[in-house]
Amino acid sequence: MNMSEKVILHSLHLDRPWSLETYRSTGGYDTLRKVVTEKMPAEDIIAQVKVSALRGRGGAGFPTGLKWSFMPRSFPGDKYIVCNSDEGEPGTFKDRDILLYNPHQLIEGMAIAAYVLGAKVGYNYIHGEIWDAYERFEQALDEARAAGFLGKNICGGDFEFDLHAHHGYGAYICGEETALLESLEGKKGQPRFKPPFPASFGLYGRPTTINNTETYACIPYIVKHGGQKFLELGKPNNGGTKIFSVSGHVNKPGNYEVPMGIPFAELLELAGGVRDGHKLKAVIPGGSSSPVLPADVMMDTTMDFDAIAKAGSMFGSGAVIVMDETVCMVRALERLSYFYFEESCGQCTPCREGTGWLYRVVHRIEHGQGRPEDLALLDDISGNIMGRTICALGDAAAMPVKGFLKHFRGEFEYHIEHGKCSV
Amino acid sequence: MAQIEIDGKQVTVADGSTIIEAAEAAGVYIPRFCFHKKLSIAANCRMCLVEVEKAGKPLPACATPVIEGMKIFTHSEKAVQAQKSVMEFLLINHPLDCPICDQGGECQLQDLAVGYGGVSSRYQEEKRVVFNKDFGPLIAGDMTRCIQCTRCVRFGQEIAGQMEMGMAHRGEHSEITTFVGRAVASELSGNMIDLCPVGALTSKPFRYSARTWELTRRPAVAPHDGLGSNVALQVKQNRVYRVLPRDNDAVNECWLSDRDRFSYEGLYSEDRLNKPMIKEGGQWRECEWKDALEYAANSLNLIRQEVGAEQLGALASPSSTVEELYLLKKLMTGLGSGNVDHRLRHSDFSADAYRQGAPWLGRSVASLQELDRVLLIGSSLRSEQPLLAQRLRQAVKRGAHLNVVHVADDALLCRVAHKLIVAPDALAQALAQVVKALGERAAVDAEVQPLLAGIEVSETARSIAASLTTGENRSVLLGNVAQHHPRYALLHRLAQEAARLSGAAFGVLGEAANSVGAYLAGALPAPGGLNAGQMLATPRKAYILLGVELERDSYNGQQAMAAMQGAFVVALTAYKHRAHEFADVLLPIAAFAENAGTYVNTEGVAQSFRAAVAPRGEARPAWKVLRVLGNLFELDGFSQDNAEALTSEALGNTPLADKLGNALRPGMNLVLDKPDGGRLQRIGEVGIYQTDSLVRRAASLQKMSAAPRAWMHNSLLAQLGLSEDETVTVRQGDAAIQLSAACDDTLPAGCVRVAAGHEQTALLGGLFDEIRVEKSKGQQQTAEHTPS
Ligand SMILES: Cc1cc2nc3c(=O)[nH]c(=O)nc-3n(C[C@H](O)[C@H](O)[C@H](O)COP(=O)(O)O)c2cc1C
Ligand code: SF4
Ligand code: FES
Repeated sequence: MNMSEKVILHSLHLDRPWSLETYRSTGGYDTLRKVVTEKMPAEDIIAQVKVSALRGRGGAGFPTGLKWSFMPRSFPGDKYIVCNSDEGEPGTFKDRDILLYNPHQLIEGMAIAAYVLGAKVGYNYIHGEIWDAYERFEQALDEARAAGFLGKNICGGDFEFDLHAHHGYGAYICGEETALLESLEGKKGQPRFKPPFPASFGLYGRPTTINNTETYACIPYIVKHGGQKFLELGKPNNGGTKIFSVSGHVNKPGNYEVPMGIPFAELLELAGGVRDGHKLKAVIPGGSSSPVLPADVMMDTTMDFDAIAKAGSMFGSGAVIVMDETVCMVRALERLSYFYFEESCGQCTPCREGTGWLYRVVHRIEHGQGRPEDLALLDDISGNIMGRTICALGDAAAMPVKGFLKHFRGEFEYHIEHGKCSV
Repeated sequence: MAQIEIDGKQVTVADGSTIIEAAEAAGVYIPRFCFHKKLSIAANCRMCLVEVEKAGKPLPACATPVIEGMKIFTHSEKAVQAQKSVMEFLLINHPLDCPICDQGGECQLQDLAVGYGGVSSRYQEEKRVVFNKDFGPLIAGDMTRCIQCTRCVRFGQEIAGQMEMGMAHRGEHSEITTFVGRAVASELSGNMIDLCPVGALTSKPFRYSARTWELTRRPAVAPHDGLGSNVALQVKQNRVYRVLPRDNDAVNECWLSDRDRFSYEGLYSEDRLNKPMIKEGGQWRECEWKDALEYAANSLNLIRQEVGAEQLGALASPSSTVEELYLLKKLMTGLGSGNVDHRLRHSDFSADAYRQGAPWLGRSVASLQELDRVLLIGSSLRSEQPLLAQRLRQAVKRGAHLNVVHVADDALLCRVAHKLIVAPDALAQALAQVVKALGERAAVDAEVQPLLAGIEVSETARSIAASLTTGENRSVLLGNVAQHHPRYALLHRLAQEAARLSGAAFGVLGEAANSVGAYLAGALPAPGGLNAGQMLATPRKAYILLGVELERDSYNGQQAMAAMQGAFVVALTAYKHRAHEFADVLLPIAAFAENAGTYVNTEGVAQSFRAAVAPRGEARPAWKVLRVLGNLFELDGFSQDNAEALTSEALGNTPLADKLGNALRPGMNLVLDKPDGGRLQRIGEVGIYQTDSLVRRAASLQKMSAAPRAWMHNSLLAQLGLSEDETVTVRQGDAAIQLSAACDDTLPAGCVRVAAGHEQTALLGGLFDEIRVEKSKGQQQTAEHTPS
């Protein structure tokens, strides 16, 4: 496993890594130029992306090459590509660093994607509460336009692509791709019922491809070095490196770009280990929506989509929340449930009504008012939300409940019985 | 077609049908709240979840298209568990106080909770409370009861053409509300009450007055615009409590305009005439029917003998039934007078001799939705025909071009392709431009050609012409403003030519519920007889008025009132109104809902209805009154003992379609004069809730009706030295009234828009005639005609 090869955060040691100049000095935009001037066939690029086993970094892990092949490239009329930098999932803070420290690689990746997918216009929807990242990205757009990497006749060829930044207002739901499209159109950010999927009915009803920031940022590397090289950085079906946002009870929280499939133990070590004098209790391995896993399960797993799924959770966005033995699991769940209760868009019944109910029951347990039938009730409510909503926020609200109850039921029972915490 | 299986039944359904549609076809009911056949699919309530073989999770039946071989289980354990869980979620925050909810008994949530709800709630926390907002006089909001199905929101966006309701906030805090602090103003707003599956939106005039199971449903036909919406009257103890739509896709679909829905309140107005009355020696006294009828007949006979039958005139409302209008005509013929008319708001009758059939829509109502190109001339369509405006909106959504030639630029709430907005006296010129532009592609009729000399074709006219020559289905439609216009015949002829040149169907929008029926029943001057305009301009010695409120129903209320002075007037009326001031005999007649009869709507379809309640007081159906009068005059043919017998006598045996026709016979003397720039013109179209006596007395609708003001372009305000909101004196003829000045920069120059049909504006002059506006000297009123 090559720990030093970085796909995205490779220029942090350089001066002003976010500037066009620095990016160019590392060979930046050469790939775009090559694609455009050599008129590389779009099918070949998609084929390379498929070989690379790049899977969406936004949470669902959908194979990017496959998604791109759904786009009706030869459909006449407007088509769009959209980047999802809404990053609202608690624990996730990697896209912010890509925007801050390597915005041009995202722009280059999106420009190549636009070339492949036949889009002339793209948007980057940026979370509303990371203003500095938004400004940094706008700056990079200005530089790229001035240097002829965006606009008409890119790199002197006949390829044309305009990219615009758009900042949201901090609603988590606007990270869901169809809510994002609604919001981008100036409407209330509420998910659309799918099908139709964005590839056929997306922004303004036009064919649209949406990917996460990190997903696009991997593209220049794949096109430059070939899909096979990217694949080999990681594991079969889980190509490349991944930026893990490690937070919680570790000595050195932060973003770590490491190969896909790195053992969790190694990632934990990179992050300085569990804070001194404490021991690992549990980990939420893929952002707040993924089910929590106990320490022993985590210490035996590697960090990739397939391994985490096998361990009973979700790789998600790669946000790793580390908890030591001081954490009360009831309180932790209360906080998470509150988040989903607050962030539900309110459109569909199970999520609108269920998230509030979940939160209130967990809140009651945490505050010593639990009743013996409450755990069965939580099982039922979360089960009745799962899989019955318009978008995956419902699942995201239900899964943590299921996870906490599966692995830490005893703590909940103790709370109910004694009216207080066992930790 | 796709072959699928629903609950073990094999069914074949159209490709692309949703599961809910397929189930309906198979006779299987799937519970639902947010789904509505006329609205887009939201799939948000989740009540319709069903099990589908090989799908990992239950799927919403309303939004899932069927695919070949699909196996669907709507009542399996999995499906029912999912449905019950959604019901549980819906109920946790819903008040469980059905006994005090106005929707009780007709609540979809209540109904479905019987099948899918639990016995007791597992939700032990406090329930959500949503504060109510004021939605205005028609809709009451109990928003704590809302289940967020967004039907009302989608109705506004998709049908009414304006998004008045929206969902504010998110998650559990979501609430349906109007834009901050605004009341609902749409002319179709009442439909949201029907659409709301729970008691969140209920009818303000109706609520808490009766339970649905106490009410009997009686079918009827709405008495206002030319559509003839099918309604159900909900009746208890001989009183109409509520009006609801009856589904009829050929007419009103499942919708009703607010005018049709809430006008029933006018039945119970204080102003109803309950007993016959006669005026003797200047004093009114109530009397027996027999006395009143004999007095009326004797007096009319005397006048006829003294001054001749041509001194008798009959004026009828186009909201009267076919049977009534037919008998009125028959009565007048019997008396020897050809002076009969129902077109009180018309001012130009010069096309009469050239008419070949009853003016009508020129196509079916339902087919309006399939139009590709429309030219709408002289119509404030949203207030004239609210649901036809809705049909055109759907056409425009499909891609139709709606082109407009009109005197005001009111929002039609859909995209207008091209429009020519001009002063009333330039309306014919504007239309002539379109005809001339069309003439650049095909030969203009020799009769019309000379009119076009000297007409300069504007770019817009050319664009309208270009638009009209493309697309498959086209219509040219003439609205009320055109029909009331002093150059109606010319407008009609030009519109006919525009339609001919562009290959469009030519339609005339029926103004009132029975405008077409009035033509068919012959409520028109006999050859040599006088039309409404002549009868009022050259006063008769005696008049019979049928259902008209002369001062508010005429083109020129002032002139109409003057004509009544000194004449002997027998008024068959449901309301006292100003008839008190000028009539000699008042005969109380049955109003809407109290009467049996027939209306022929604008597409030429006859719709008969029965009485749903007994007439108020001693009022009698007008056809019976006319029949007795005929007998008192000892005329033949007045012995029909039911309305049905009269209907066939009135409409004859030939198909109605054969008697419809908009094309004018050639030979009319046509002149197109130049607009006279010098004088101010009134734009006096009839307010949406001022069209007829019933709606004018519907209390809640009247609260929706803005008081008339003197609207004008800001440059005219400046020119007259007036400022907005200032009280001004508006004069026509002898009348002067005080109105507040208002600014509307979409109005053409030189025009003052003063709505007609209002009590305040009743005594002004002609709807599209000269008008004067000046600063008010002091606030006192200046002319004796000024209404108090
Ligand atoms: C409630 C919710 C929130 C989401 N938030 C984000 C987000 O902040 N960023 C993101 O990239 N994807 C987010 N997603 C996933 C997107 O819907 C979508 O799958 C993703 O942007 C696709 O990009 P990818 O294929 O590159 O991962 C969210 C999904 C849900 C259901
Ligand atoms: S699941 Fe929640 S967030 Fe997603 S559409 Fe439904 S209510 Fe909105
Ligand atoms: S009826 Fe299907 S989700 Fe509401």
